[in-house]
Amino acid sequence: MIPELGHYALMLALGLALIQASMPILGTRSGDPVLMSMAAPVALAQFVFVALAFGALAICYVTSDFSVLNVFENSNSAMPLLYRLTSIWGNHEGSMMLWVSILTLFGALVAVFGGNLPAALKANALAVQAWIAAAFHLFILTTSNPFLRIADAPLEGRDLNPILQDPGLAFHPPLLYLGYVGFSIAFSFAIAALIEGRIDAAWARFVRPWVLGAWMCLTLGIAGGSYWAYYELGWGGFWFWDPVENASLMPWLAGTALLHSAVVMEKRGALKVWTILLAILAFSLSLIGTFLVRSGVLTSVHSFAVDPRRGIFILAILALFIGGALTLYAVRAPQLKQGGLFAPISREGALVLNNLFLTAACATVFVGTLYPLALEALTGEKISVGPPFFNATFGPLFMPLMLAMPFGPLLGWKRGDLLGAAQRLLAAGMLAALAIAATFALVHGGPVLAPFGVGLAVFVMVGAVIDIAERIMILRVPLGAALRRAVGLPLSAWGTAFAHFGIGATLLGIVAVTAWGSERIAAIKPGETIEVARYRLTLDGMFDRSVANYRERVGHFTVRRASGELIGAMEPSRRTFPARNMATTEAALMTRGVSQLYVSLGDPNPDGTVSVRLYFKPQVLMIWLGALIMFVGGGLSLSDRRLRVGAPRPARKASAALQAAE
Amino acid sequence: MKFLSFFVLAVALSSVLWASSPLLAVEPGEMLKDPTLEARARALSKELRCMVCQNQSIDDSEAPLAHDLRVLVRERLKAGDSDTQVIDFLVARYGEFVLLKPPLSWHTAALWGLPPAALLVGILAIVVVVRRRRTTARAEPNLTAAEEARLSALLRGES
Repeated sequence: MIPELGHYALMLALGLALIQASMPILGTRSGDPVLMSMAAPVALAQFVFVALAFGALAICYVTSDFSVLNVFENSNSAMPLLYRLTSIWGNHEGSMMLWVSILTLFGALVAVFGGNLPAALKANALAVQAWIAAAFHLFILTTSNPFLRIADAPLEGRDLNPILQDPGLAFHPPLLYLGYVGFSIAFSFAIAALIEGRIDAAWARFVRPWVLGAWMCLTLGIAGGSYWAYYELGWGGFWFWDPVENASLMPWLAGTALLHSAVVMEKRGALKVWTILLAILAFSLSLIGTFLVRSGVLTSVHSFAVDPRRGIFILAILALFIGGALTLYAVRAPQLKQGGLFAPISREGALVLNNLFLTAACATVFVGTLYPLALEALTGEKISVGPPFFNATFGPLFMPLMLAMPFGPLLGWKRGDLLGAAQRLLAAGMLAALAIAATFALVHGGPVLAPFGVGLAVFVMVGAVIDIAERIMILRVPLGAALRRAVGLPLSAWGTAFAHFGIGATLLGIVAVTAWGSERIAAIKPGETIEVARYRLTLDGMFDRSVANYRERVGHFTVRRASGELIGAMEPSRRTFPARNMATTEAALMTRGVSQLYVSLGDPNPDGTVSVRLYFKPQVLMIWLGALIMFVGGGLSLSDRRLRVGAPRPARKASAALQAAE
Repeated sequence: MKFLSFFVLAVALSSVLWASSPLLAVEPGEMLKDPTLEARARALSKELRCMVCQNQSIDDSEAPLAHDLRVLVRERLKAGDSDTQVIDFLVARYGEFVLLKPPLSWHTAALWGLPPAALLVGILAIVVVVRRRRTTARAEPNLTAAEEARLSALLRGES
């Protein structure tokens, strides 16, 4: 009964989406306020029904109802509750359900918090949001129904892919989808503005918090996925330039560009036409990401051709939305009024430079990801585009961006003083030079360019600190006054500094672990010792352990410093999951400062030894700490009063505050 | 992030690949005694694709084919091949698909050309827009004679 109710709720949601997609637009066309005002309540109702459908699916998973095909294929009653819940989105059908749930959630949020938006803009935007929702509801109902039943219900399910049974994965897909789908708001508002043919700074002010929120979730989602791959896949890599990773990186790059260009639009009324295009692109890339992951086209062009129903459907959605949006843009954009002049050397100019490099980097990832697919589809020729390609092309585009980054916030609007900014960054430059010299002197081995990477990271991080120091005039006014200035500083300024500092930190981690990580691979017997960096690990013995739905063979290692001082123990293992007859590697990690020791086990060899991979990963945690700092920066910016006023969350209070401020 | 690709692997393909008990990527037994040769082998392995895997180098992959290729690379190196000779040997055997960094040729020209082209087109577009803006700004009509007269009157303090 429950799955049927869920199925029915989803159909009703489709009906509501169709109403929401048409009536408000008719209203804005004919100027009928009643039709226009339908958008908000219908958006809420649509969300309620999608939530009901998702809830029904969740109940099937929690109660292990194996008469539902989707539950049978992806769950197992022996799994802990957390994994029974996360297996909802650990498969195609369920993850599409999560996708539409978040999409309609955002629609409902706009409906609730969009109180002081111009009525026509709100109605049109919600209608566009409903077009997307309707397309995906239809996709789920026709090709990916999670509520299908099996005639004879099996007693036990097939289990979730063991590699996905991990707490880190509980939050990774939802965060990623919050990011992907969050950009749909910017997209819907861009289309709404194009339909109206009118756009102003208030548009940017309303859209920016949504973009910021989506960007934060995407940042955390990507970082979380990267950390998960690092510890779960057993060879300690943190980024693979895998097409699926690229699918999330592209919207992030476009979204980061959008975030910055929307600032220019909001503050100076410039870059409107460009910002609209970026809003369209960011969500289009999210859709392309969904297509890449969901259509099966990545595994092989041929497997896509064998069962193309889902792929073709998503491709049609892509063509319709991206093609339609870009056509509308081409027709309407020339009519939009240009605004705000500025000199090349200015804050605006710096943000244009930021957009130039981010967009070029995004285009690089795009072509690297899709070129092999396109080439094979068109000519049948197979080539591989892997990490060496991206390192050779993406790196050179990102480095100048990082170098220019500290200058941006120090330049004034309209006309900036580059020399002045350079003088203020002198300390950062000197510290970077010092870092380069120190790295050359103290660290041996690794690529010649690596110390310069460290220098760049230091420059970016110190640059962010200088930005704040300059604003609160520390060292130039008494400390108390500086602290008062720090308290009075807009939160968005803190946000910028945090986010820029974070990216420097991430760069530092990437450079250090890539250049100076060390590795030992050996086959050892219990009692033997292996060494890496300044650490010695002794294998004390192997033992078996049986837990919930898997068995594991564990190696117990004692960890000592080179001096012989005992630090602790590490227990890597290999797990076997009987339900799927699969094995996974569970690496053991030991954190030393921001560096980590990393051990993973291979299979036992016939001669009584076991293969062991031991790594020392210097500064590796900086990669994800940096992302966390970026996230905090986004949060600070989001809680800035200016944005709270713009994003009409508590509608009445905000407008009162606005009046008081003026 | 990688997990989504495992969805694709596990859901779309099959779990057959995983049912076979996985080994470590590079196994101790495969490694060469000579550390310089082994370092070269590792560097080469990172550039070569495991053809039955999804986007993994033979250095990362646990598949039996990757194992065979790793051993093959090491055999060629021991036989005294240069890095280029090893690569050429593998390309002759398996085609360009084996290279994770495709060489520049007519059918990869667009691939390699696009990143610099994107940057150049962007720069050009910015230059064009800035120029056009500047000329339109300059072309703003000046004040008419009547407006000039009114302005000077205002400046003189008469209104």
